[in-house]
Amino acid sequence: MKMFSRAYNLFIKDLRSELRTRYAINALIMFILVAISVILFSIGNEKIPPQLTAGLYWVVIFFSAMSGLSRAFVSEEEKGTTLTLQLVANADIVFSGKLLFNLSLTFFINLIITFLYAAFFEDFVINNFSLFLITFFFGNIGLAISSTIIASIIAKAGAKGTLYPVLSFPILLPLILTCVQLTIFCFDGINIENSVYELAIVISYDIVMITISYLLFDFIWKE
Amino acid sequence: MIWKILLFVLMTFVSIAGISFPIVEKPSNWYEFPLIPGLGENAKIIFFHVPTAWLTVVAFFMSFIFSIKYLKQKNHEYDVKAYVANQLGIIFCILATLTGAIWAKFAWGAFWSWDPRQTSIFALLLIYGAWFALRSSIDSDEKRATLSSVYSIIAFFTVPFFIFIMPRIMTGLHPGSADDDNLGPVINFKMNENMQLIFFLSLTAFSLLYFWMWNLGYKSILIKEKLIKKFER
Repeated sequence: MKMFSRAYNLFIKDLRSELRTRYAINALIMFILVAISVILFSIGNEKIPPQLTAGLYWVVIFFSAMSGLSRAFVSEEEKGTTLTLQLVANADIVFSGKLLFNLSLTFFINLIITFLYAAFFEDFVINNFSLFLITFFFGNIGLAISSTIIASIIAKAGAKGTLYPVLSFPILLPLILTCVQLTIFCFDGINIENSVYELAIVISYDIVMITISYLLFDFIWKE
Repeated sequence: MIWKILLFVLMTFVSIAGISFPIVEKPSNWYEFPLIPGLGENAKIIFFHVPTAWLTVVAFFMSFIFSIKYLKQKNHEYDVKAYVANQLGIIFCILATLTGAIWAKFAWGAFWSWDPRQTSIFALLLIYGAWFALRSSIDSDEKRATLSSVYSIIAFFTVPFFIFIMPRIMTGLHPGSADDDNLGPVINFKMNENMQLIFFLSLTAFSLLYFWMWNLGYKSILIKEKLIKKFER
């Protein structure tokens, strides 16, 4: 319980420092708008099939995560506050705090993306809403976990911008491919019993990733 | 020395047998391969395609094991071993992708069709690429070893999703896919004994070649480092 409250304190600290400048949130919202308008311009008046809509939806989610989620650790390195943080909290607490922050950021930006897709894309019609909610929930959790652990590697590696999507993409690929498949199922209105395998992949991916992240974060953080 | 000669003989035999033994409808001699419906002469590439794909995963697994060992003991030697394993792994990964693409051209009609297997070997190629990109971005030796070990371990836990889970539940063209009605892999059901023998000999020969190359690779790096230290002093 004490660990959770300390992680929560770290999360509140990150949230405050973010709300003070609103740099990441503003940049991310603009990024989403730009990305979606580029897609809309390139589509023009063409009608695109639902499969493509599902793919494009996860493309925007992936790239907005890649542009926003690395800040949690990179900003600590930039400000030079990593050593202080190492003094006041141990690795598990730091990882939990950063993960909480990235989770809330992921859910926030992905809700915006979903809203914009529902508004602007004709074929974004969800015929199985409960399946979509489950996919959205577990997909976002997996995205946040993998992005957080890779962000901590990137922050230590010193190469900030370009390396992040390069390292994250192969790690996130099983999750994204399965989520695209599940989103197509949602559009087609396939019921949950017929998509158990895909849901099992997403959930087991989340469990594997969170376990391995807590095991390995200690080594990255002490480096 | 005896190992090298043995490996040479084995490799030559496998290459000759794999390329030149005839494929006939009803094999009667020991050197004749059975006709696999839908594959025909294309089936022969299995002796070279499957071992490279197998070694890709073996190299990946070895890099995973040595990464864990490195994180436990912080011994520089393990980092070198993992590095050489990955170096060889990326070579075999490229070979597996190329031979697979050539096979796909003749068996499925196109070099690349985003079959789940092709997606997974492509993802492995990306992981290897990302691993070397990460390594080249860090200057300090110890930091590089630790961070690349961590990445190698994380990446290894996504490999089962690519290799074992997704190709089996998604529909595709490769044997073993969800909609494959041919009752599982080609190796068990459609090869006769001598084809299986050549296949497993080829697997052994390629594995021996891999371990030999790996042994030479990490030893030469360690010796090089020792020499550099000696002359700097």
